[in-house]
Amino acid sequence: MSDKKPERREFLFTASYAVGAVGVGAVVWPLVDQMNPDASVKALASTEVDVSSVKPGNTITVLWRGKPVFIRRRTQEEIIEAKSVKMEDLKHPEKDEDRAKDPEWLVMLGVCTHLGCVPLNDKGDYDGWFCPCHGSHYDISGRIRKGPAPLNMEIPKYEFVNANTIKIG
Amino acid sequence: MSDHEYVPSSKFGKWFNDRLPLLSLASHLTDYPTPKNLNYWWTFGGILTFCLITQIVTGLTLAMHYIAHADMAFESVEHIMRDVNYGWLIRYIHANGASMFFLAVYIHIFRSLFYGSYKSPREIIWIIGIIIYLLMMAAAFMGYVLPWGQMSFWGATVITNLFSAIPLVGEGIVNWLWGGYSVDNPTLTRFFTLHYLIPFLILGLVVLHIWALHIPGNNNPIGIDVKKPSKDTVPFHPYIVIKDAFALLMFVIVFAFFVFYSPNILGHADNYIEANPMVTPAHIVPEWYLLPFYAILRSVPDKLLGVVAMLSAILILAALPWLDTSKIRSAVFRPLYKQFYWILLADVLILGYMGAMPAEGLYLLIGRVATAYYFLHFLVILPVLGFKEKTIPVPLSITEPILGGSPNLAMAKNKESLDK
Repeated sequence: MSDKKPERREFLFTASYAVGAVGVGAVVWPLVDQMNPDASVKALASTEVDVSSVKPGNTITVLWRGKPVFIRRRTQEEIIEAKSVKMEDLKHPEKDEDRAKDPEWLVMLGVCTHLGCVPLNDKGDYDGWFCPCHGSHYDISGRIRKGPAPLNMEIPKYEFVNANTIKIG
Repeated sequence: MSDHEYVPSSKFGKWFNDRLPLLSLASHLTDYPTPKNLNYWWTFGGILTFCLITQIVTGLTLAMHYIAHADMAFESVEHIMRDVNYGWLIRYIHANGASMFFLAVYIHIFRSLFYGSYKSPREIIWIIGIIIYLLMMAAAFMGYVLPWGQMSFWGATVITNLFSAIPLVGEGIVNWLWGGYSVDNPTLTRFFTLHYLIPFLILGLVVLHIWALHIPGNNNPIGIDVKKPSKDTVPFHPYIVIKDAFALLMFVIVFAFFVFYSPNILGHADNYIEANPMVTPAHIVPEWYLLPFYAILRSVPDKLLGVVAMLSAILILAALPWLDTSKIRSAVFRPLYKQFYWILLADVLILGYMGAMPAEGLYLLIGRVATAYYFLHFLVILPVLGFKEKTIPVPLSITEPILGGSPNLAMAKNKESLDK
């Protein structure tokens, strides 16, 4: 056998494998990607909520993208409590000002950051929320204080369309 | 595969067998030499095959009436219960059948642990078994989601959220699993598809499991290698067939008790409330057969590490043939291992109980100790025990201790020389 022949063959093998791999990838990707959120799911991106009837100290829950969103109208004492927490006491340090644009209104995803349960209102050791699934306690700013959840409850994108209407998403 | 050459007696049989040796296979299965000392703990392989067939048959019939849609699934299950002829029976058999399947598989696994059936040369049988067990858990979990009750929905939410613990890509993976931003209709339809597929994958793996078993042959209560065929073995048919059939009958009595007298005792009342994404039930618990692993998940205060601990608790079993360093298979001849075996069994039962209790106070503390012990057993006790333990002498054959009166090595050897 000459030196050249095996080299040619090796090249052909490598080229065949490479083309084959690209071909398999091109076929597999659509099969994988079909499971991702589809166009109709993505289309339900925003929702508008009338909050005129919410009294101070109350929370309403609305559904956005299949997930509950808590909208709490906080009392003056609650705002003071939320602002007085020291950053070093927090597992996931975030200032209350960064979580509530208007301190009276806290708008956040009502989804525990541990494994996705819906925490209960006005429960737990920190006057905020308590997740019944695995015992995470959140404060009145929705920040994780105790339990297995790693992060504060998420703040979705939202804006006040007017004084009485919040647009989420 | 076959230990002897089989020749069909009829001319047609011979013609057929030369082209497709099904008759040889049947002959291998009937004559398959089995250790004659197998006890009733060895009948659960047959029982598990029965469970799988039962789940497939009842599942196929339920699928004829079930509608995999978030708006209609709950109602269609009620329709099966109330309107479909014998729908209640088929669904109760299927739902309780899952529990019976796990009951049998846990006995099967703990039998392996006691008699060292996972050890060389049976590692592949054991690993295939672990894969089957993982698939069973996946199938059971997805099946539990299909009725679209509150426990279905929130169980699905919690379990799929386990993947969000993966750094960086976790969130993307969860959205991909859901096909949306929460558990919803796309999740339900894909779970139905996979729930339908997995039993057939299990069926294929069961064939491999049995094939791999038929290479070295069965382990046995004294865990020694058996010459086959010999005076230590009996043919599978009729000896083992009749024993398996009797055990199956006993098992079916237990099964029928659940189906006819307490069909909902193993379920959860909250699953008769339709799924509601706005309200999480006060106390989420998985089905009983997943509770020990659930307790391990909850006992770790960190999200990622909790998930890692839970998965490791299952996957560690696959490494068992190499973690157990003892050459002696059966616990009968391992006085220390025998004690640790019962402690492990108690530990798993305690974990199961803690998994059903709220994650707080003393429950959490006991759960943590039990979790630590679980890993200690596999990672420290088993490897060390193989070197430290003083084992009891193992008899040379199954027949020897019976005829010789005691499992004594010296006596057995003595007898063997007398025989010559």
